[in-house]
Amino acid sequence: MAGPSTNAAIALSLRENGMAHWLRIGFYKVGPFFTVTALLLTWELASRLELVIAFLLPPLSVVLLRIAEDMVAGQLPLDIAITLYRTLVAFVLAMVIGISLGIVIPRVASIRWFFDPIISIGLPMPKIALLPIFMLWFGLFDTSKILMVAFSASFQIIITTWSATQNVEKELIWSARSLGASNRQILWEVIFPASLPQILTGLQIAMPVCLIVVLVTEMVMGGQGLGDSMLRSARYVDSPGVFAGIVEIGIVGFCVIRSMELIRRRLLVWHQETQKEETTV
Amino acid sequence: MSAAATLWRFTPLLIIALLWEATTRLGLISEFALPPLTNVISSFFKLLADDLLYHTGRSILRGAVGFLCAMVVGVLAGVLMAWYRPVRILVNPLMRCFYPMPKSALIPLTIMWIGLGDGSKMTLIFIGCLLPIVMSSFNAARGVDQVLIWSARGMGATEQQVLWEVVVPASMPEILSGIRISLALSFILLVSAELIIANNGIGYLIDLLGEGGDYAGMFAGVITISAIGFFADRGYVMLMRRFLRWRE
Repeated sequence: MAGPSTNAAIALSLRENGMAHWLRIGFYKVGPFFTVTALLLTWELASRLELVIAFLLPPLSVVLLRIAEDMVAGQLPLDIAITLYRTLVAFVLAMVIGISLGIVIPRVASIRWFFDPIISIGLPMPKIALLPIFMLWFGLFDTSKILMVAFSASFQIIITTWSATQNVEKELIWSARSLGASNRQILWEVIFPASLPQILTGLQIAMPVCLIVVLVTEMVMGGQGLGDSMLRSARYVDSPGVFAGIVEIGIVGFCVIRSMELIRRRLLVWHQETQKEETTV
Repeated sequence: MSAAATLWRFTPLLIIALLWEATTRLGLISEFALPPLTNVISSFFKLLADDLLYHTGRSILRGAVGFLCAMVVGVLAGVLMAWYRPVRILVNPLMRCFYPMPKSALIPLTIMWIGLGDGSKMTLIFIGCLLPIVMSSFNAARGVDQVLIWSARGMGATEQQVLWEVVVPASMPEILSGIRISLALSFILLVSAELIIANNGIGYLIDLLGEGGDYAGMFAGVITISAIGFFADRGYVMLMRRFLRWRE
């Protein structure tokens, strides 16, 4: 689908011809690379030419060198592995709890009665505020980190699964029933696949929350991982270390989010959303 | 909803509260793990008379300034990105690079840049909430029904008029629900930053009480900030409904 300004641009480029037209096309093709390159160059030059204090913004090359050093020393792969391990275990835990509650709650009246007020209060609450309580109950190690992350993410998954399985087209369910499907078959072979797109959307919202919270738990409790090593750099006022941390966390986050998108496309090969072309510029 | 129905709806919470009080009073759970609910309530009033209001006020101020700035800048940037193609082409790749970054990675950066005070928390919340708001406003403004835009142009509206009187109002519902998600994010960032390092604020107070072994006070602080987060969300939803009443 074309945005409002795209039409204006097409109309304009139809009117003009020759040079101007090709310049415009060239700009659209080169523009995206230009911005990223310009940003990186400005970063490097600004601090090399001492336009900003190198402490506040160390040159890109220094930061990259630092990342390479940490990589060779083995600390960086270890930190990434630890952080990813905590995130993924917590995410899977939240997913199992969230999807099963999200399926059961709307179907069993007594459970719905019990959980409805808890979820309507728990969803908008800043769950990270419970971190000191989790530390008190479960200690300072992986258990409390993983439980905190899973707790933060599960409400979102419950609520999307709940509404997704409730909003499945009635015609689908009626057709399956008239063809003689049992309730169990209807749940697993009709309702679950039909609501999978929304459930996956819920999981895609929950994953960034997991990453955000896992870093916070590492910053508060320590115990290695990317969050811990970054906060330690900040405490020692080691600015290349802090920027190296941001770049590393950015790359890890980007890869995790991208792989969620790939998994979505893989799981929904049958769905019409996958057949459509990507619409983002 | 009648009073009885409301009461019935919230009975599960009452059951939990009673269970909490009973198990701790009967000594089934150590009071160092879970102080009795009545102690937590009395601590709350003790703190209220002391400095709870000051710390809460500090936190709300930080959150509000950072969030409001992110809201204004973010919505403007998102809508302009959707409307002007050159802006989109230049800014979109940056957005795609930075959007997936877990925002809590900014906490050490703002500490190092600005220090421990109000400024670092405000900057953190501003930067952290900015991208999600830009992204959702951008998607909202691009999703506006083309027919609306064509009709407005057909009736002789200028480009400026189309932008401000058609595109912005039409995408408002989606923009506002995007902002709601960032409101939740702003609370996460605020509380985390204060728990990690601060000199005042509700997160700092919770941390201080917990380290001092005053667990009833710590629970009271946790409940206070959770309630503020909850009511902020509810208040926002009410405002949003009122603001969008013209649609019905």
